Amino acid sequence: MRTGTLQIRTPDGIVFSLLLAGPVTRFLAAAIDLACLMAASSLLGSALAPLQLVSSDVARAVMILAFFIIQIGYGIVAEWLWRGQTIGKRLLRLRVMDVQGLRLHPSQIVIRNLLRFLDSLPVFYLLGGLFCLFTRKAQRLGDLAANTIVVRIPRVEEPDLDQLLPGKFNSLLEHRHLASRLRQRVLPQEASLALQALVRREDLDPAARVELFGGLAAYFKNIVPFPQEAIDGITDEQYIRNVVDVLYRKR
Amino acid sequence: MIIDLEKFLADERPAWAELELSLKKLEEEPNLQLSLEQARRFHYLYQRASADLARLMTFAHEPAMRLYLESLVARAYGEIHETRYKKEPWRPWVWISRTFPQTFRRYQREFLLSLVVTLAGSAFGGLAALLDATAKEALMPFQHLQGNPSERVAREEREQKQRDPLQGAKTSFSSELMTHNTKVSIFTMALGMTWGVGTIMMLFYNGVILGVVGLDYVQAGEAKFLLGWLLPHGSVEIPAILLAGQAGFVLAGALIGWGQRTALQARLRRVAADVVTLISGVALMLVWAGIVEAFLSQYHEPILPYLLKIAFGTVELTALFLFLAMAGRTEKENLRT
Repeated sequence: MRTGTLQIRTPDGIVFSLLLAGPVTRFLAAAIDLACLMAASSLLGSALAPLQLVSSDVARAVMILAFFIIQIGYGIVAEWLWRGQTIGKRLLRLRVMDVQGLRLHPSQIVIRNLLRFLDSLPVFYLLGGLFCLFTRKAQRLGDLAANTIVVRIPRVEEPDLDQLLPGKFNSLLEHRHLASRLRQRVLPQEASLALQALVRREDLDPAARVELFGGLAAYFKNIVPFPQEAIDGITDEQYIRNVVDVLYRKR
Repeated sequence: MIIDLEKFLADERPAWAELELSLKKLEEEPNLQLSLEQARRFHYLYQRASADLARLMTFAHEPAMRLYLESLVARAYGEIHETRYKKEPWRPWVWISRTFPQTFRRYQREFLLSLVVTLAGSAFGGLAALLDATAKEALMPFQHLQGNPSERVAREEREQKQRDPLQGAKTSFSSELMTHNTKVSIFTMALGMTWGVGTIMMLFYNGVILGVVGLDYVQAGEAKFLLGWLLPHGSVEIPAILLAGQAGFVLAGALIGWGQRTALQARLRRVAADVVTLISGVALMLVWAGIVEAFLSQYHEPILPYLLKIAFGTVELTALFLFLAMAGRTEKENLRT
């Protein structure tokens, strides 16, 4: 059964996941690469045109060899220089990796690219696509032979957790025993939900934002009721900010 | 219960940034060698990020942060745990004179299988042509070989007296041959992934064509022409196709794994470099064969005496045999023989 992710457990016991690329994304990347190859071939054709003046035989021979080398070598050279990426893969944020998460070896890159001859049969990578669809790690034949996978690379940046930065007054902390009870009763999943709502609040529509924080505030108020003076005059969103501050910042 | 995220971030952020910087450097320069001190520091940073990831997953649910750390750990893991033997920088002469022939000899069984399948195909083709006059038309894909061999020989010898049939087209013909034959060889190797069935079919069919052509020309009394025409390039081209078949069988052997107790991944990993060596050697051989076929094989008597062409082909075949059998022999190989 395919899960869309490949989990790797390191010898240190750490587990991390790699997001496997599906056949459609890979096909699109291959289409972009094909367009690049066609553009390169066209440019090459123009660049070699003056050779016709010297000898049409030699010019034709150079063209045949150059096209062949570009066709075979493009994937190999690009994936070697860009560590598992071609132009198409770069644009779609895909990367070829070793199936065990290790570094790619040149022989792996060569094998997976040479086996394109087989994967592209009978037309439009149908065979490779079918293998990609039905194998556990979304591998085409070339990937199976070379022990490689193609993964999606999400845009990973350090998350913006400025919502947790200190410096703002938190009325809930005036009631230390209730704050401690809140920490005790809230489950990690509930705390995470509140934190995520805060982190992603700017992505929400104003109406949805009000509704979401209203629901969350009602839920947390129910877990540990704070006295009226602690919550008077603060919005539901501010209330959740205070709750997250209590939960995630030790004092 | 829940991690102090603010403190956690403040403490760990510099270490993550340092790790990210090191990774970027390693990724941008694939051949970069770290000093012992740098390697120790890199390992420390990796372990620290791993521990942070474990803490985050245990004590706090923060998907974005987890994704960020997972990405860092995954990238560092690939660098740290890569234990496969790192060879010296690739040196073309060492590769040609040692690695390629040694690899060929390591898989003699696969080469023999390749040879046997081709010979079986030749026998089948020859027999088919002998027993059924219409077999030639059905089995032969090349139009120019469909006619009577003696008529072809007479026509080509006559025409060559008057003009060079490949004048102004030799170089391009040569490159067409090189690229076409290399594609066929790569395909033959790749078909190893069909548990070798596709490789067998390709080799057998090649053998069939050879058998039909061979018998046709011998029956027509044109054996000398046939040898003079085929040997100069065929003495390299046919072994190259056999080696491509050998590479296909190496792949198939790893896929099937008869008598091997290692996992499929490990088996394929073990033969990967050898398959690449064999197919690269094949490509090199086909470049030579393409040149010879366009510049020598297509010229017959009276321009080039058949005996000279046959002698040239025989020398090539002997040299190739000696090269593959003897070049770069190791002490271990000598003791075994």
